[in-house]
Amino acid sequence: MSAMHKEHILYAEGVNKTFDGFKAINDLNFYMDEGELRTVIGPNGAGKTTFLDLITGRTKPDTGTIRFGGEGTDLTRKSEYEIYRLGVGRKFQTPTVYTDHTVFENLLLSLEGSRGVFATLFSRVTPAQRDRIREILKIIGLSAREEAKAGSLAHGQKQWLEIGMLLAQNARLLLVDEPAAGMSDEETAKTGELLLSLAGKHSIIVIEHDMVFVRQIASKVTVLHQGHILCEGTVDQVQSDERVIEVYLGRSKKH
Amino acid sequence: MQKSYSRRELLAVFIVAVVAIVVIPCLNAFLPESSPLHVSDYSINLWGKYLSYAILAITVDLLWGYTGLLSLGQSLYFSLGGYMMGMYLMRMIGSLGQYHMPIPDFLVFLGWTTLPEFWKPFSSFAFAMMMVVVLPGALAFVFGFLAFRSRIRGVYFSILTQALTYAACLLFFRNNILLGGNNGFTDFKFILGHDVRTAATERGLYVATAIFLLIVYLGFKWLTSTKLGKVQRAIRDSENRVLFSGYAAGNFKLFIFVLAAVVAGLAGALYVPQVGIINPGEMATQNSLEAVVWVAVGGRGTLVGPIVGAIFVNALKSYATRAFPDYWPIILGGMFLLVVLFLPRGLVGLAEHCAALIGRARQKAKPPAEAAEEPAPPAAAGQIAVK
Repeated sequence: MSAMHKEHILYAEGVNKTFDGFKAINDLNFYMDEGELRTVIGPNGAGKTTFLDLITGRTKPDTGTIRFGGEGTDLTRKSEYEIYRLGVGRKFQTPTVYTDHTVFENLLLSLEGSRGVFATLFSRVTPAQRDRIREILKIIGLSAREEAKAGSLAHGQKQWLEIGMLLAQNARLLLVDEPAAGMSDEETAKTGELLLSLAGKHSIIVIEHDMVFVRQIASKVTVLHQGHILCEGTVDQVQSDERVIEVYLGRSKKH
Repeated sequence: MQKSYSRRELLAVFIVAVVAIVVIPCLNAFLPESSPLHVSDYSINLWGKYLSYAILAITVDLLWGYTGLLSLGQSLYFSLGGYMMGMYLMRMIGSLGQYHMPIPDFLVFLGWTTLPEFWKPFSSFAFAMMMVVVLPGALAFVFGFLAFRSRIRGVYFSILTQALTYAACLLFFRNNILLGGNNGFTDFKFILGHDVRTAATERGLYVATAIFLLIVYLGFKWLTSTKLGKVQRAIRDSENRVLFSGYAAGNFKLFIFVLAAVVAGLAGALYVPQVGIINPGEMATQNSLEAVVWVAVGGRGTLVGPIVGAIFVNALKSYATRAFPDYWPIILGGMFLLVVLFLPRGLVGLAEHCAALIGRARQKAKPPAEAAEEPAPPAAAGQIAVK
């Protein structure tokens, strides 16, 4: 991949999604470059999480296409696990880890490797996999908790474990839904650093409410409003945009 | 620590297996009835029944405790296996029935003079055993395929399994499907040339059941230790995460569901010659629910739990239905409530809890240097190293 020829890793065109008459996504067009770190913000109900659901195949759009990678595979025709296998990883809004498994096993299950029923029956942990897991544990700061059950981790640690699971997967596109939710300021800052260190190697979409956090990590911000893209740009551009102030920032200032 | 514990567990399993498979049958066969250590024929037969139930219970737990699929229809697969074995046993009666005809009595009663085509291959034990595996497996495959493809989960899945069982139960009550209707199959005479009513045959069936239970236990122990077993428990705890980790969760569930059905079918096939009867009552939803209670009482999510639970509850049932028959449903229900409210991990969990308490008490008695072995508090986890 050369820097001169910028490829879209994700492009969504004319996407619509209605839930019981509520237009969650309204004629959405979204383009993202390979290696980009993009932040999506927007008030509650703007369609942020629905957008991620559409990318990962959890829900299907009424109309429109969502194409992924240089090959332009249409994700709207794939199921969740097929989309995963194309290289899309997702971190949920509430930390979603396997609570009864150890931290090590959580990463092992996320690691690239056997995925079929019978393949998993006879797969063994290789030394290379073990090393990779240790490496990830170091990155997410959970080396000491390797054998602890994921359910016993603190909230912030679970968030990091889930990010670690995306790293283990070695996804091309990481979708990260509110990584800083419920974290202390210090933890939030560290999460930001972690995401920044991953950008470039991976393309990342982050959904976030916390503007301090957005300012820390954002190169380019997309503002969603009522399922439609209101504007895109740098944090400063977005924050000075009249429409954004009206629907989002302005309203939050009043409170 | 984990390792030494499981080694101890395996040793315990080995001892229990030797007692159940070798010692008890020998005490039955070689000791005179006057001996205080003699095991009666009645007990052997009773335990053979309990162990068949234990196998059924393990399959319920494999689905419920390990995969999060609460099947309220495991007795269906158990009964189907039993029916397939029953068809073979009916053929082995030959002309010794009430009507002295070469076809089963109920067919004579329905006006048949020759054997219906689909009954014919069941004269072969091998064919019947194949059907014991194939019929429950095939039904589970079709049902599971449709249910998991439609992403039917949780309580909806449970209700569907129960509805299917109820439908099958009603179907088997009908005379015109030529499977004995209301009365089912009974009055068995021979299995593989041995008289089913002799002590030696009963002992043989008991040993076969005990060995099969051991195989199932060890097999499932291995299965749950593989990566597949990890995926299985991951599905239980967070199916969405599993899907977004690239596993086709539905395929895993289907595999486990079919496996559980096949094993339950084999358990049913072992059960029928020992109790000497199979009828649609065996499919009643109540039986599936009871199996769930065994698992809950014994300890969900463990492999020993369902075995302990099945034996404990059924032994209690044998006693209680004689001592105070009217109160048995209340006792059963009360036990279930008690376990759900106070013993989330059943009898096995209770035993572990007691062991832990004793361990802690011992540690207190020892000098503090030993007691400090507890895992160190989680190191400051905030240290994210970023390259």
